[in-house]
Amino acid sequence: MRTNGSTRRVGGSLLTDPQARAWLFQIVAVVAVVAFGWFLFHNTQANLAHRGINSGFGFLDNAAGFGIPQHLIDYSESDTYGRVFWVGLLNTLLVSVVGIVLATVLGFVLGVARLSPNWLIRKLATLYIETFRNIPPLLQIFFVYFAVIGPLPGPRDSLSLGDLVFVNNRGLQLPAPSAGDGFWAFWLALLLAIVLCGVLARWAKARRDATGRRFPLFWSALALLVAVPWLAALLWGSPFQWDVPQLQRFNIRGGWTVIPELVAIVVALSVYTAAFIGETVRAGIQAVSRGQTEAAASLGLRPGQLLRLVIIPQALRVIVPPLTSQYLNLAKNSSLAAAIGYPDMVSLFAGTVLNQTGQAIETMAITMSVYLAISISISLLMNAYNKRIALTER
Amino acid sequence: MTRVKSTLAVLGAAALLGASGVTHAGATLDAVKNKGFVQCGISDGLPGFSFADAKGQYQGIDVDVCRAVAAAVFGDAGKVKFSPLTAKERFTALQSGEVDVLSRNTTWTSSRDAAMGLNFTGVTYYDGQGFLVNKEIGVNSAKELDGATVCIQAGTTTELNLSDYFRANNLKYTPITYDTSDESAKSLESGRCDVLTSDQSQLYAQRIKLAKPDDYVVLPEVISKEPLGPAVRQGDEEWFDIVRWTLFAMLNAEELGVTAANVEDMAKTTKNPDVARLLGAEGEYGKDLKLNKNWAVQIVKQVGNYGEVFERNVGKGSELKIERGLNALWNKGGLHYAPPVR
Repeated sequence: MRTNGSTRRVGGSLLTDPQARAWLFQIVAVVAVVAFGWFLFHNTQANLAHRGINSGFGFLDNAAGFGIPQHLIDYSESDTYGRVFWVGLLNTLLVSVVGIVLATVLGFVLGVARLSPNWLIRKLATLYIETFRNIPPLLQIFFVYFAVIGPLPGPRDSLSLGDLVFVNNRGLQLPAPSAGDGFWAFWLALLLAIVLCGVLARWAKARRDATGRRFPLFWSALALLVAVPWLAALLWGSPFQWDVPQLQRFNIRGGWTVIPELVAIVVALSVYTAAFIGETVRAGIQAVSRGQTEAAASLGLRPGQLLRLVIIPQALRVIVPPLTSQYLNLAKNSSLAAAIGYPDMVSLFAGTVLNQTGQAIETMAITMSVYLAISISISLLMNAYNKRIALTER
Repeated sequence: MTRVKSTLAVLGAAALLGASGVTHAGATLDAVKNKGFVQCGISDGLPGFSFADAKGQYQGIDVDVCRAVAAAVFGDAGKVKFSPLTAKERFTALQSGEVDVLSRNTTWTSSRDAAMGLNFTGVTYYDGQGFLVNKEIGVNSAKELDGATVCIQAGTTTELNLSDYFRANNLKYTPITYDTSDESAKSLESGRCDVLTSDQSQLYAQRIKLAKPDDYVVLPEVISKEPLGPAVRQGDEEWFDIVRWTLFAMLNAEELGVTAANVEDMAKTTKNPDVARLLGAEGEYGKDLKLNKNWAVQIVKQVGNYGEVFERNVGKGSELKIERGLNALWNKGGLHYAPPVR
């Protein structure tokens, strides 16, 4: 804003002074927006009260009274709607996080495979990407749920792996570990092994810098990580007791059960999003100039090193911003889980809770805020990461 | 899709609440007359209650209630449009004004009546919750269902009764919740769940839709009271009365022996004062309801009395073959009892 006194007329009114006028209009605009918002809020409240529809967030303390098939925190029917919110939120986050990890791994493999010198690998990757990114995600979810998992045998004819792991149309049943005699010894030993690995890595780097001799770091670290906890288990007893699934009258009980709805939504979403990530990765790699590859090759780097040390770090700068969008898409698409009965935020909170309480405005507002919060968190994290890798630029 | 729909409904609700002022009694009837039809919320496919037949026409008890309201208001049962709603969408659709009447096998409960801005106008069908199981699992009673996986529809009283019943009997279960009854039926067939639970009338209806109905059996236990009836928005008593008395007219007609076949003759020749008042030959009872004099004649002529509607849709004249049982008139051992027209 200008503070040049000469433009201001002495005794000028509010409307003739450009600075005052600018302020005036902005204040009027803000007041109008706030007043409109207040009017909407007040009118909604008045109408809800007039029609005898409960409003407010008091319902969150009422007992829910319905069962939920998958909950990461303790939940029973006598818990509150507030608790249902957390169950739904965690279930949504579970899908998002697992989906993002799987989609990233698969996507990077696809992206690299798209540029492979091997004709077959290259064409297979292209086929995959063109197929999966062009089919709507909801159809893919239905396909995995009804056509892939649906025809699996029932619990009594489960496919089993040595009577420890069972696969059937009720999901995947795994033995569940619980703390055994050597539980603490095992974790302490693992921690010790990790520290030893760190020390070893430093020493190996120092030696290579000093003498140029390489040390087989990967294999020795792996050996440490396996051997030390194993020794601890031998000395202090088994760290885990296994709760093995058993067939009972209707279902296989005990152990861990991964419900088929979760499998379907995670598989479908990661397969779908991986196709997009694959293209992003390919584009990122191709954005690195050919001279970089040739220069690195002429320095004697092997193809693996070339990719890991030269290409990928530079490609990441191009990859990360569009990758963020793909992560956001996956997190938002996780709400499609409601279509196959997976108890996520939308199905539990914006569905069942909304219906049992009838408080549509509150539950929808909460649900939308949750997705907004999840998306903004992903955005912020990825932006922070982007900044960090951008700093390595010369 | 349902998600989008319900979100739209909520946005619609917000817009409506923002735009319209406070409603006055009679607003619904005026609006209905202006647009020329009754917008009625029905279920998304339940034989006997509301479903589209081979010709694409909606059929069923719930549908007939809507048609009866249209007959009462316009003298033409055809002046009605239907909105198929899932259990999850139904209340928002009514609250937001998307439909004028919700006639969708909805259980009358205190919280729905008092806290959701709805009024139930009566009971069209006395139901109770039951269980449908595959004969293969060899269960004869619901008490043997410990550890079972149960398929249910989201946002129903069924969901709550189920949890109450299993808790009260100290049984464990895993609920799998779907949006539509078709999805839960599909899951029962594929073996994803052992049991399908719903109101008994629905179980019979869903059973005949399965590929092999004879492999499935409805267990004897009825674990809840489910009085199903139409609902309207709270705050418009005039419209509430019209929907309520439409149902009462159908019940009274059955009680007085008025049928679709004889209603016109009876309206002209009757000596029975009860019949004369109902059919508008005596008094101005239609006018009190802001309807035509012959409102009840139109209902019975075009839709039928309650008994006819019941038998045609779910009783002897239908595939379901459900007995009258609790749904008989009070003087035949059932629960249906309509106040008199006078």
